[in-house]
Amino acid sequence: MTDLLLNLLLSFDATLRVATPLVFCAMAGLFSERSGVIDISLEGKMLAAAFAAASMAAVSGSAWLALGTGIAVSICLALLHGFACITHRGDQVVSGVAINILVSGLTVVLGTAWFARGGQTPSVPNSARFTPITLPGAEAVADVPVLGAIYSELISGHNLLVYVAFAMVPLTWWVVYRTRFGLRLRAVGENPNAVDTAGISVARLRYTAVLCDGVLCGFAGTYLSIAQNAAFVREMTAGQGYIALAALIFGKWRPLPAMLACLMFGFLDAIAIRLQGVELPVIGPIPVQLIQALPYVLTVVLLAGFIGRAVAPKAIGRPYVKER
Amino acid sequence: MSTASVKIPVWIDVGLIPLVNIALAFLVSGVILFAIGVDPLQAVEIILYGAFGYDEALGYTLYYTTNFVFTGLAVAVAFHAGLFNIGGEGQAYIGGLGVGLGILALDPYLPFIVLLPLSILLAAAFGAAWAAIPAYLQAYRGSHIVITTIMFNFIAAALMVYLMVNVLIQPGNMSPESREFAEAGHLPFVHEMFGWFGIAVTPSPLNLSAVWAAVCCVLVYLFIWRTRWGYEIRTVGANETAAVYAGIDPKKVVMLAMCVSGALAGFVGINEVMGVHHRLLLNFTAGYGFTGIAVALMGRNHPIGIVLASLLFGMLYQGGAELAFEEPKVTREMVVTIQGLVILFSGALAYMMKGPVERAYLRIVGMTQRPAAQEG
Repeated sequence: MTDLLLNLLLSFDATLRVATPLVFCAMAGLFSERSGVIDISLEGKMLAAAFAAASMAAVSGSAWLALGTGIAVSICLALLHGFACITHRGDQVVSGVAINILVSGLTVVLGTAWFARGGQTPSVPNSARFTPITLPGAEAVADVPVLGAIYSELISGHNLLVYVAFAMVPLTWWVVYRTRFGLRLRAVGENPNAVDTAGISVARLRYTAVLCDGVLCGFAGTYLSIAQNAAFVREMTAGQGYIALAALIFGKWRPLPAMLACLMFGFLDAIAIRLQGVELPVIGPIPVQLIQALPYVLTVVLLAGFIGRAVAPKAIGRPYVKER
Repeated sequence: MSTASVKIPVWIDVGLIPLVNIALAFLVSGVILFAIGVDPLQAVEIILYGAFGYDEALGYTLYYTTNFVFTGLAVAVAFHAGLFNIGGEGQAYIGGLGVGLGILALDPYLPFIVLLPLSILLAAAFGAAWAAIPAYLQAYRGSHIVITTIMFNFIAAALMVYLMVNVLIQPGNMSPESREFAEAGHLPFVHEMFGWFGIAVTPSPLNLSAVWAAVCCVLVYLFIWRTRWGYEIRTVGANETAAVYAGIDPKKVVMLAMCVSGALAGFVGINEVMGVHHRLLLNFTAGYGFTGIAVALMGRNHPIGIVLASLLFGMLYQGGAELAFEEPKVTREMVVTIQGLVILFSGALAYMMKGPVERAYLRIVGMTQRPAAQEG
């Protein structure tokens, strides 16, 4: 019994760690897409931030400076995306793809030029990382059955950014549903004409949304390279930006469901290795690749409307042209 | 605008503005090279020599070009229907799987002359099938083709890993590769073909599929501009509402365009699997599907433009490898960076230079025309 519980707890623990960048990116995408700007470039922004943060941490030795750099670089890319999609009414998907490809090349080029380690950054010492925090009283209650174990194993012992990520979910919800900015954000994604008619600048709102997106992707990237890991490795995002996008669609562009989707995808990832070679009755052994592909398959199935309908913001992907 | 009476000639829109965009992309690339301490001009020299300087280099350049022609055409055909096919990578992967499965099953029994057309058919069929699912979901179930094709890239990758590791791996082999095809399943290399006539050419991966790529360019041109289907595709791409009024069914057009697109991407499998590796293996698509996006944008979705853009990227791939070899500070990923910049400037920021270039043109024209008008 305790064995099973501990196993389960460890899986959930791993789930939280894997889901953290997904949650950041999903919330990032939520701001952008709710304002009507498709963001395929979550992946690229996260990768760029991961590289910038690891480089800064390796050079300066300060985790906070690294976080700031990661966020700043991610914001620059977000503004580039905004410049292409909002100011010049370029194709949002093309812009996103361009950023992803650009970053995937540039991080290796710069990494090799600066550190001469084949695109990796030097490993970052613990003093320049976000390291696990033991919450108050975690050790004291560790022996309390079930609840104590949950508190000390599952809730305590993560690094700061994990807590920030999950705090972002209610914050995002509050901003999007309970503030004037959020109301306008939702409106501009559904009907930019109406927002414009009300005398509010569509471009300005969308730029603000894209900025929020940049900040959150900066957190995600920083988490990857100096909290979860201790260096930048080429292509270290490995498609997680796309998974986050999938989670956002899965959550129907709403904060809480999107977070749950992130947790589900994170859980699949966390148990993928454990399930390797496990024989299921009737089906037989489960291929790891199937579990890895599951988020993508599920998203396609959802998008096709076979399990409920994913209704995107109405004006998504459409550049706004003010009538003259 | 007061100068609206002066018409902007077509060559500005089709010729000059794309060139300006590409020039910007290269300018930024040069700045990046400069920033990491490499002389951009010297880099260009190394790239040009590395890509065209000797016959082996030329062979490699044309071999990469072949792949980019296939994926570039694939993206372009979808673009004409107003669809953005990001799934070229997955379609190429699955197309190669089709080629591999066909040859693995049949190479003991059939001669090359039968296997070749069969492989082309299989590459097309598998690639088209992989594109048909997102196309169907877009046309009939309203899911967004961009998202589904991205997802299908990942699903294709997972599927291939599963098949290679568990099913197609050669028994007793550690790395996930199939057995090597029999001679009948090899596409002849160009250096071999030259050898038949007694001309010595340094071996390179360039093979017969380059000819097929050229044929595909002609076929795509005829298809898009000389057939009813192509007309329907262009009409839907230009204005879907008008197309519906004209009695065109956009759903069928989406299916058609994506299947043709997927088939073209699948031909990468002919070049890679049948032409070069002679076995099924992992990751032979190596990002060619994504480069196709840059190629199509740069080539303005026209076969001639695509051949030129493919040649440019072929040059960058091969010359870039040479540059990485010569200059330890530069890696091959510099080419990926340039690719991203090309997509950014000639795709996402395509309209940025339109205004300035047109204003500059009007100013130049205005200067030369005013005295003439006064004389008349």
